Amino acid sequence: MIPAAFTYRRASTVDEALALLAEHGDDAKVLAGGHSLLPLMKLRFAAPEVLIDMAGVADLRYVRLDGDRVRIGALTRYHDLQHDGILLEHARLVAHAAGEVGDPQVRHRGTIGGSVAHADPAADVPAALLASDATLVITGPQGTREVPITEFFLGPFTTSLGADELLTEIVVPSHAGQGWGFEKFTRRAIDWAIVGVAAVGGSVALINMAGTPLRARAVEAALADGASIEDAAAHAAEGTSPVDEAHAGADYRKHLAGVLTARALEQVAGRPPAGLT
Amino acid sequence: MVHIEVNGRATAEEVEDRTLLVHYVRDVLGLTGTNVGCDTTSCGACTVLLDGESVKSCTVLAAQADGHAVTTVEGLGANGELHPVQRAFREQHGLQCGFCTPGMMMASVSLLNENPKPSRDEVRVALEGNLCRCTGYHNIVSAVMDASKQEVEG
Repeated sequence: MIPAAFTYRRASTVDEALALLAEHGDDAKVLAGGHSLLPLMKLRFAAPEVLIDMAGVADLRYVRLDGDRVRIGALTRYHDLQHDGILLEHARLVAHAAGEVGDPQVRHRGTIGGSVAHADPAADVPAALLASDATLVITGPQGTREVPITEFFLGPFTTSLGADELLTEIVVPSHAGQGWGFEKFTRRAIDWAIVGVAAVGGSVALINMAGTPLRARAVEAALADGASIEDAAAHAAEGTSPVDEAHAGADYRKHLAGVLTARALEQVAGRPPAGLT
Repeated sequence: MVHIEVNGRATAEEVEDRTLLVHYVRDVLGLTGTNVGCDTTSCGACTVLLDGESVKSCTVLAAQADGHAVTTVEGLGANGELHPVQRAFREQHGLQCGFCTPGMMMASVSLLNENPKPSRDEVRVALEGNLCRCTGYHNIVSAVMDASKQEVEG
């Protein structure tokens, strides 16, 4: 399968990428690792006229500790996140979720910013960031703005990112010292989640239970009220709207959400806190 | 025009912007050891090394590899000698039909670059992106253990 013809442009700085976006507008798509966009282009579900390759913007590839927050450059690859010492100490849920994406070849290419901007409701890392109360730094012609990740996802593959803007950094509050859990149910090892759960402390985010990753607010409220794991997890499907299709029906997904939430919460309770392992 | 170092040799070719790396190595350079299997980033048959790390070349543009170094299965052996991973796949019979084998070996080389002494379980996890429909994987795992100079049976 071969993508429809397009013009390839390579940006070596954020400013160059913004200029190219301003020039080409809606006709352009931003290319990071390309492991969501290129498959869609090969299937001709996407046919941008211009691809703006960000991979040369070396200064968007970093993980830095900034006080009690971890700053992650948008072009940092899953492979780098998975093994990063700062993340393993301060945001272990994010490092773990990055290691659950695809397979080693995919993790050598795919980036955190690409995954978040692509906004696939079945993706692992956005849910881990949602549970971690991350903030997204967005750069546009007017400068930068910060958006809580809770306000970023609008629907499947749809975000509040403007057509002339770039996601440049992800900021994750340190969860060193807090328990975390991650559960993902798949058909095959490398598949997307049929349902997944990312949890840290008392925060729980669901993968593939709606058009966006979403927080399991009813579970969180029950936990805050002192409910047992079993009782809290029973609320996991509240407010969800999972798809109903051949691989799994909506009722089955709702059942899975409860089971996986209970398992993730057991991990939160039982695992040595991040930073101590 | 893309400039890509392939198996240690500089290549420079005029290609369409949409040309995939796998088509660059197979159709433009004639290096047909790299197979196209699923063409959907799943099976790993097209795995090559890009700057020393495994990637699925059906999901990389030749343009993205411009200025970078690619190694295909043809680049593993040197001076008529098999690469240790190639030798081990042969000795352990880590293949039957052979279709997945180039990609399987490139993924194995990438694994051993990062983890020179993996356990059998680590080998299985590291090869999760490469599908084999013949062997049941057992002998492939043995080949990687052998290539890493470890006990084959764990």
